[in-house]
Amino acid sequence: MQLLYLVIPLAPLAGAIIAGLFGWAIGRRGAHRVTIVGMVISTLASAVVFLDVLDGATDNVSVYTWLASGNTRFEVGFLIDRLSALMMLVVSFVSLMVHVYTIGYMADDPGYQRFFSYISLFTFFMLVLVASNNFLQLFFGWEGVGLMSYLLIGFWYTRPTAIYAQLKAFLANRVGDFGFLVGIAVILMYFGTLDYVAVFANARSLAGNTIEVLPGATWSLMTVICILLFMGAMGKSAQFPLHVWLPDSMEGPTPISALIHAATMVTAGIFMVARMSPLYELSETALSVVMVIGAITGLFMALVAIVQNDIKRVVAYSTLSQLGYMTVALGASAYAAGIFHLVTHAFFKALLFLGAGSVIIALHHEQDMRRMGGLRKHMPITYWTTLIGAVASVGIPGFAGFFSKDAIIEAVHLSRLPGAGIAYFALASTVFVTALYTFRLLFMTFHGAERFHGPGKGAHGEHGHAPHESPAVVTVPLVLLAIPSILAGYGIGPVLFGGYFGDSIVVAPGHDVLAQMGRDFHGVIAMMEHAVATLPFWFALAGIATAWYLYLRRPDLPDAIKERAGLLYTVLERKYGFDEAYQWLFGDGAVRFGTGLWKGGDVAVIDGVFVDGSARAVAWFAAVIRFLQSGFIYHYAFAMIIGILVLLTMIFVT
Amino acid sequence: MLLGFPLLSLAIWIPILAGVLVLATGPDRNAPAARLIALAGSVLGFVVTLPLYARFDPLASGFQFEELAPWIESFNVNYHLGIDGVSLLLILLNSFTTVLVVLAGWEVIRTRIAQYLAAFLFLSGFMNGVFSALDALLFYVFFEATLIPMFIIIGVWGGPNRVYAAVKFFLYTLMGSLLLLVALIYLYNVSDGSFSLLDYYQLPLPLTAQILIFIAFFMSFAVKVPMWPLHTWLPDAHVEAPTGGSVVLAAIMLKLGAYGFIRLSLPIVPDASHALAGVVIALSLIAVVYIGLVALVQADMKKLIAYSSISHMGFVTLGIFIFNAHGMEGAVIQMISHGFISGALFLCVGVLYDRVHSRMIADYGGVVNTMPVFAALFMLFAMANSGLPGTSGFVGEFMVIVGAVKVNFWYAAAAATTLVFGAAYTLWMYKRVIFGAVANRHVAALSDLGAREFLVLGLLALAVLVMGVWPNPFAEVLHASVNDLLNHVTQSKLP
Repeated sequence: MQLLYLVIPLAPLAGAIIAGLFGWAIGRRGAHRVTIVGMVISTLASAVVFLDVLDGATDNVSVYTWLASGNTRFEVGFLIDRLSALMMLVVSFVSLMVHVYTIGYMADDPGYQRFFSYISLFTFFMLVLVASNNFLQLFFGWEGVGLMSYLLIGFWYTRPTAIYAQLKAFLANRVGDFGFLVGIAVILMYFGTLDYVAVFANARSLAGNTIEVLPGATWSLMTVICILLFMGAMGKSAQFPLHVWLPDSMEGPTPISALIHAATMVTAGIFMVARMSPLYELSETALSVVMVIGAITGLFMALVAIVQNDIKRVVAYSTLSQLGYMTVALGASAYAAGIFHLVTHAFFKALLFLGAGSVIIALHHEQDMRRMGGLRKHMPITYWTTLIGAVASVGIPGFAGFFSKDAIIEAVHLSRLPGAGIAYFALASTVFVTALYTFRLLFMTFHGAERFHGPGKGAHGEHGHAPHESPAVVTVPLVLLAIPSILAGYGIGPVLFGGYFGDSIVVAPGHDVLAQMGRDFHGVIAMMEHAVATLPFWFALAGIATAWYLYLRRPDLPDAIKERAGLLYTVLERKYGFDEAYQWLFGDGAVRFGTGLWKGGDVAVIDGVFVDGSARAVAWFAAVIRFLQSGFIYHYAFAMIIGILVLLTMIFVT
Repeated sequence: MLLGFPLLSLAIWIPILAGVLVLATGPDRNAPAARLIALAGSVLGFVVTLPLYARFDPLASGFQFEELAPWIESFNVNYHLGIDGVSLLLILLNSFTTVLVVLAGWEVIRTRIAQYLAAFLFLSGFMNGVFSALDALLFYVFFEATLIPMFIIIGVWGGPNRVYAAVKFFLYTLMGSLLLLVALIYLYNVSDGSFSLLDYYQLPLPLTAQILIFIAFFMSFAVKVPMWPLHTWLPDAHVEAPTGGSVVLAAIMLKLGAYGFIRLSLPIVPDASHALAGVVIALSLIAVVYIGLVALVQADMKKLIAYSSISHMGFVTLGIFIFNAHGMEGAVIQMISHGFISGALFLCVGVLYDRVHSRMIADYGGVVNTMPVFAALFMLFAMANSGLPGTSGFVGEFMVIVGAVKVNFWYAAAAATTLVFGAAYTLWMYKRVIFGAVANRHVAALSDLGAREFLVLGLLALAVLVMGVWPNPFAEVLHASVNDLLNHVTQSKLP
């Protein structure tokens, strides 16, 4: 079994290396074959491990000593338990689907082999991240997926917008990782180890410690650690105010948006916090911070989605908003609900992205929804699968998203931590907004008038055939993802209330909202029946109805509203101005500041005053000496006589 | 000792001897012979250092492979060599880098080829001398001797402003070194006529004397590192130096300063080191943050990498002066890693310079379109320079940060800003040079790496990855030595 743990990440790594270094030799077909074989092996192995873990097995193995220093040994190893096994299965399955889909999506791309190499390498890092048994390796995987995200956003490296977006993504993530790394350093200082099991075992006994972060400001150790770690999660899981990179990451090819920027990498932060639940449970302050940040992200990013016209950007903002839901779940100590939503979201959001991608290729890389419409007839499989993704995303009872999202809203409703009231209000309102923007997307793309004729990139009128359904390598993954987008939700009983996660997630008794909910849980049917009587359900229906009215019934209205609500619309369209503010403050600001230090400090003061100044002083001194050293005998003789006189005077006077 | 060979002497004198032979080939028409002798000499020089690692006892404290012979008996000066784990790694790095610079200068240098190659071989031998000298005067002689070949390398094969840069480099470093000599003569007097560093380690000294000695040492070593605000010679020197000169300067010569702190300052004047640690730490953190921002706005790639070097060396001095095992080992690891990465980055700029004859970022753009293999390797080194885990660049920074947090939370936080700054200046440069559409006809005409260039960069890439994925073999040899050092630092030497 332990060999299998190694096979899971190493099979994609091997595929990536072969496709990356020898892609020129094995060709396109060779590259996708070798990486897909790697992914199939990895997925099957993950499934075996998952079944094994269901039987109650857990394992904590060390592979090798990365470094020993002082009294610390940094190991590389795996912690296989209910949490990591589930994550491995989801990651490898979605990745496999994306690999297959890519054969169709990237068919004409000159960087074909490179692309397969990248996504396999990404999968390697992601699997290392989720299977790690220590903080250091977690950070390795964490930065590794960040690297691959960077490389893949900028995959089309001649596009100025893509290479801008990739740099922005990497740097925004690095801001979060700054906190993450300092947090890890603090953990090592107090616990003397970075091994999860040892750290969690000692967490309670160290919970009383405090750190004086500033003179006079003393914080609890756990609050400091948890907030520092959460900074990392804010970067990777694109939480406000580090969310700015995710919408721009849509510059990358669509399979990447599905795999990295929806299903797996961006959920790493959620996974991390759930993994650290034994620490977070010891700091209510940190939990409140997590909850409020998640609530802000959930609501405000959803609002932006309403005004976007780029199909991928709508889905991107939707992802931000859904990540906000997961974060709120973590803050409410409903970790299991957060992870459960992570899983269902991985399926339905990957489905939505791949569905959007299928539309984009059918329209020859047109992404503007204003030039789509009526595609339902031309692309039935894409339409129906996207519809499933949409209703799952909105949370209609019976579909996966409903169960996970409803559980989160219910959990935050029950939470008594500071901030829970606001978070509940925010998430409940977001249900309406989610339904509105999701069905806006669906209606603008698949229903209504066909707007893709005429000039523009999608110009189908010109070559005289209607858009047609994508090939099987595209539609089969859609169908395979649609199935869990419906069914995955039915696992809610065991996962949330049946103690699926066992010891891998720890919840303090006073915070255990899921246990409270579990007492009222009487099966999925009862849950659906109950939901019909609650506010979120009606909010969702209202959102869909609004979208129908605005975009199908009265398509003239949105523009009228835009006119009326000018300021509000502008604020949303400009995404609250974060991009401009950050560019001004951090981008241009750093350049201004750096120039000031360079020209003012290095050039003017250090070189100007001291270095060249001392050179000038030497030159002046030398000039004086040169003046004295005139070369005339009588000058020297005169000087000697004066010198002798001075000496004689000194001798006789003293 | 292997079959009784004095390995350290071999590591010092083989390159120097090879240098003499290379010089003997004379004019440029014999260049092929000069190249072959230089390559053979540098490879042999590297090969003789390998048994040092193989036979090094990582558990033993003190110095190993000692050699002792009288040199100037009337002043009690001895040819006394010996290494600990710190010296061992630096000697290996130096000898490895020498092979690479000989290869890197293969076709690029067209005038005075023999002299060029000989200068590097001499330099390599002298630096191995610094890293293995246990006699203070011998140390000083080697330390100063390194200036001459580097002065010549910059002054003869450098860029248009080479004379200014060479003189600035020479005077800056000489100024510090003279104070070092004064301090060593003082120590010679108070130790009743000994130049042995090992004697100095045991020598009680009053605090005032310690502080004065520390300052004298500091002036010499801080210039070499270089530490802010004594750093302004480095960007000029790098910009004017030929590629090989930049590589050796960044990869090895800067380490002489940090090595001086470890070998001389800390054990000889521990109380002064403690008293003044705060100042050194402050200067180190300024280097990380201030220099990081200055690096961001550079328009010249070499200048940018030079500033990046200063910023990364800030981690080394920070790690040394927080006086714990993580910090100290992190500092040494960072030195080795920085040797690989900065060397590789200067070689990358050299590859571009050889083709386009410009170091300006603005003259490039979209290089990946014409040089994909080069772009991939450059990406690896850029990421390593940004401290990505899995590359060597992460290991040292990580260890210094975890060491620093034990001393003060804010030291660690300030140091960790390099995660943002380091990535910002490195990747922004990379973006402007490598990514984008083909910017001009020069970029359009670029040809990808040749076999020799690929070999050199490939070896460095391998080193960067191996050290990142499995740094333990590097750290293993350090434990006993760092332990010794920390013992020296904790024992007060006040009389």
